[in-house]
Amino acid sequence: MERFARLLTDLIYTRSRNSKLALLADYLRTAPDPDRGWALAGLTGQLNFPSVKAGIVRDLIKERVDPVLFALSRDFVGDTAETVSLLWPAPPGPVPPSPTVSEAVALLSAATRATAKPVVAGLLDRLDEDGRFALLKLATGALRIGVSARLAKTAFAQAFSVQLDDVEEIWHALRPPYTDLFSWASGAAAKPDITSRPVFRPFMLANPLEDAVLDLADYAAEWKWDGIRIQIVHASGETRLFSRGGEDITASFPDIARVFAHEGVLDGELLVRGAAQGGEAGGAASFNALQQRLGRKVVTANLQAEYPAFVRLYDVLFDRGEDLRRLPWSDRRVRLENLVSQLNPGAFDISALIEAGDFDELADLRAAARETDIEGLMLKRRDSPYEAGRKAGLWYKWKREPLTADCVMMYAQRGSGKRSSFYSDYTFGCWTAPEAEGGVLLPVGKAYSGFSDEELRWLDGFVRKHTVNRFGPVREVEKSLVLEVAFDAVNASTRHKSGIAMRFPRISRIRRDKPASEADEIRTLRGMIASDPGSAASSIEARPGD
Amino acid sequence: MLASPKTPRWIKAEREGIHLPTTDWWIDPSRPAANALVTHGHADHARGGHGQVWATGATRDIIALRYGTLTGGRGLDYNEPLDIGDCITATFVPAGHVLGSAQILLERHGERIIVTGDYKRRPDPTCVPFQPTPCDILITEATFALPIFTHPPIEREIARLLAAREANPQRSLLIGAYALGKAQRVIAELRRAGYHETIWLHGAMVAMCELYERCGIELGPLAPVSEASRDVLKGQIIVCPPSSLNSAWARRLPDPINAMASGWMRVRQRAVQRNVELPLIISDHCDWNELTGTILELSPEETWITHGREDALLHWCALHQLRARALDLVGREEDDTG
Repeated sequence: MERFARLLTDLIYTRSRNSKLALLADYLRTAPDPDRGWALAGLTGQLNFPSVKAGIVRDLIKERVDPVLFALSRDFVGDTAETVSLLWPAPPGPVPPSPTVSEAVALLSAATRATAKPVVAGLLDRLDEDGRFALLKLATGALRIGVSARLAKTAFAQAFSVQLDDVEEIWHALRPPYTDLFSWASGAAAKPDITSRPVFRPFMLANPLEDAVLDLADYAAEWKWDGIRIQIVHASGETRLFSRGGEDITASFPDIARVFAHEGVLDGELLVRGAAQGGEAGGAASFNALQQRLGRKVVTANLQAEYPAFVRLYDVLFDRGEDLRRLPWSDRRVRLENLVSQLNPGAFDISALIEAGDFDELADLRAAARETDIEGLMLKRRDSPYEAGRKAGLWYKWKREPLTADCVMMYAQRGSGKRSSFYSDYTFGCWTAPEAEGGVLLPVGKAYSGFSDEELRWLDGFVRKHTVNRFGPVREVEKSLVLEVAFDAVNASTRHKSGIAMRFPRISRIRRDKPASEADEIRTLRGMIASDPGSAASSIEARPGD
Repeated sequence: MLASPKTPRWIKAEREGIHLPTTDWWIDPSRPAANALVTHGHADHARGGHGQVWATGATRDIIALRYGTLTGGRGLDYNEPLDIGDCITATFVPAGHVLGSAQILLERHGERIIVTGDYKRRPDPTCVPFQPTPCDILITEATFALPIFTHPPIEREIARLLAAREANPQRSLLIGAYALGKAQRVIAELRRAGYHETIWLHGAMVAMCELYERCGIELGPLAPVSEASRDVLKGQIIVCPPSSLNSAWARRLPDPINAMASGWMRVRQRAVQRNVELPLIISDHCDWNELTGTILELSPEETWITHGREDALLHWCALHQLRARALDLVGREEDDTG
């Protein structure tokens, strides 16, 4: 564990991407098996110990350190694993030998709900500060040390002089500790063959269009549907649905999986039947309706009937064992149009192309998108191959303009990770009525993005200088600062006192020029609620956008 | 919370500093005062513009260097009592924080109050060690008052520094260290560890190092960076103010390893936020165990807690059934002097 712990510490203090790659590659090349495979799994977020929850770690430390002192420390550090690694008291007596990564993984995997606490405590007792930090990061999931899964895989490719695309391609068919991956990369075995297996292939993603003007002779336009981007795969008699991150979500959508038996890999948007987006003809229900289908242990027949799911297809990656990804988009589109006619029409349709004479006409269509509650447009280069990731110049998303409101900062909390110590999470409110008529501020949302580093420093200073009250980690501030908040939509919500919930709120401007009394009223926000019958039932949580 | 004993009427904690209302003297006031007792030369304690400044001789020299002039008041020796009126005497007692730093012992009719200013308990070759002084009220700092702060031995940090230099002969080693105190302590500890090469200084460090040497603190061969060519600086140690790490000034150095000497470096993200590659946990303040240990050792009737993480220390006092309260002084947020 010492070597892995040192790797994590070095990575944290290393800024340059090349130096990080060099550190990772050196470790992956020289660390012993299967330690390096488990480490790679940790770095790519593939380790999961169901019995070891973050709560266990908090319980353990609270048995050893006063809970208030722990909470204050945690708030200051901004990271539970690091706080615990710093506070953990060394056990009396001689230090037992530290565990290897493999031994730690074996112990954590074997832990049950009942034994998880003593197992974790026993491991922490055998490690120093850096070792405890590494162990807790491994044990509780996300490392968050500035190394993405992509960077770790890039380092792997670099370490063994293999192609990153080859690594990505077979990655999702392999399991930790990736013995076959290391054998192939080091030349000891052939490349694992995955063609006949129902595995996830990396998605092609879009960049924001910004201010570019495109020639529609080169780009095709589609609506941007607001559901869940999925990949549906059928191979060797098995069907799988994967989400953006490659997570298997087949169990949540048996109605779709059941009716798909075409050997191949398709890309599309999972939606629920309805008319909220795009109207009666060819529309779909809101994302809210789809949310009713997510995160359920049991997907009842009732639920399936009430929220009938379907897939609006965007692309085809494989068709009957043939890899189409190198073909231009226009050729794949023809293949997809032919293919969709063979699929169950209740569960599959195709994302229609938008006819527009020129870019200006397309801009007008986008401007009108809010009226039909469509999120925006997608633009795809007609000759683009299907490339994993977000390649420049190929696919663009062109979202409708956000809505904005002037709100007043009410509370602030410290951020985590890079922003630990900075008050970077802001709760803001709007008036129930004009202040002069006795109106009060009610919270309408929370945002922690949209500002520059310089603005963050200013906001942090504002919070520190204008604190009027402290509730644990939360500071209440003087209600004097107006923030212009941008958001994609407003939904009715019974969860919030204000009765509304913003979708993707972010700070768009700091309005130092505007007095708080001139901030917006809640009724202005209510007026923006999308006409969506499905949205009254629950509020929306932010989720990663495309 | 225990009931507060009667607070003496001759001392009051104001947002601008500790005030002695019966004589209108202030300790470390943050705005100009007619009579200011100053614990040490750091900017958040020693502001300009006071009428009479009463401090140790070294602290007055430091203030004179930083602000250009220093007229009224006079320098006092450690443990030399000063009558400030209303039967109050003030005595400067070594605090072990930086050169000239002092605690202030206030006495009146047998009541004893200690204002620690900033202090530490570790040995430091550049200043007189902390002198524990029994008192009825202890007014303590709380800069590192969280149990996560346990400073490692300075020898370990200096060894890491020298090891990094050894491993990177083509790179310069740039240490961000506060110009008053931290810089000289790091230099003196490097000498103690057997490093006798020239240590290169950012221009802003030169005058303060000279002042230390005039006060008899030997720092070995020093030279301004401006005198060295880029090639000469490969494998060399350079000391600069923390604000000069990552600055345009630093670009002239050969591929510098950014190091920073501060107690805040105990927390990884604090180092990352400042783009520090080599965090050195070297502090001129007490760590958690030293802060709490000092309270237990001096065992005052009541502890007043000034700037820092006062909430944690206040809670610790409550857990140990010790009377305490937090003061709300302005202008003492986290800074580089840690």
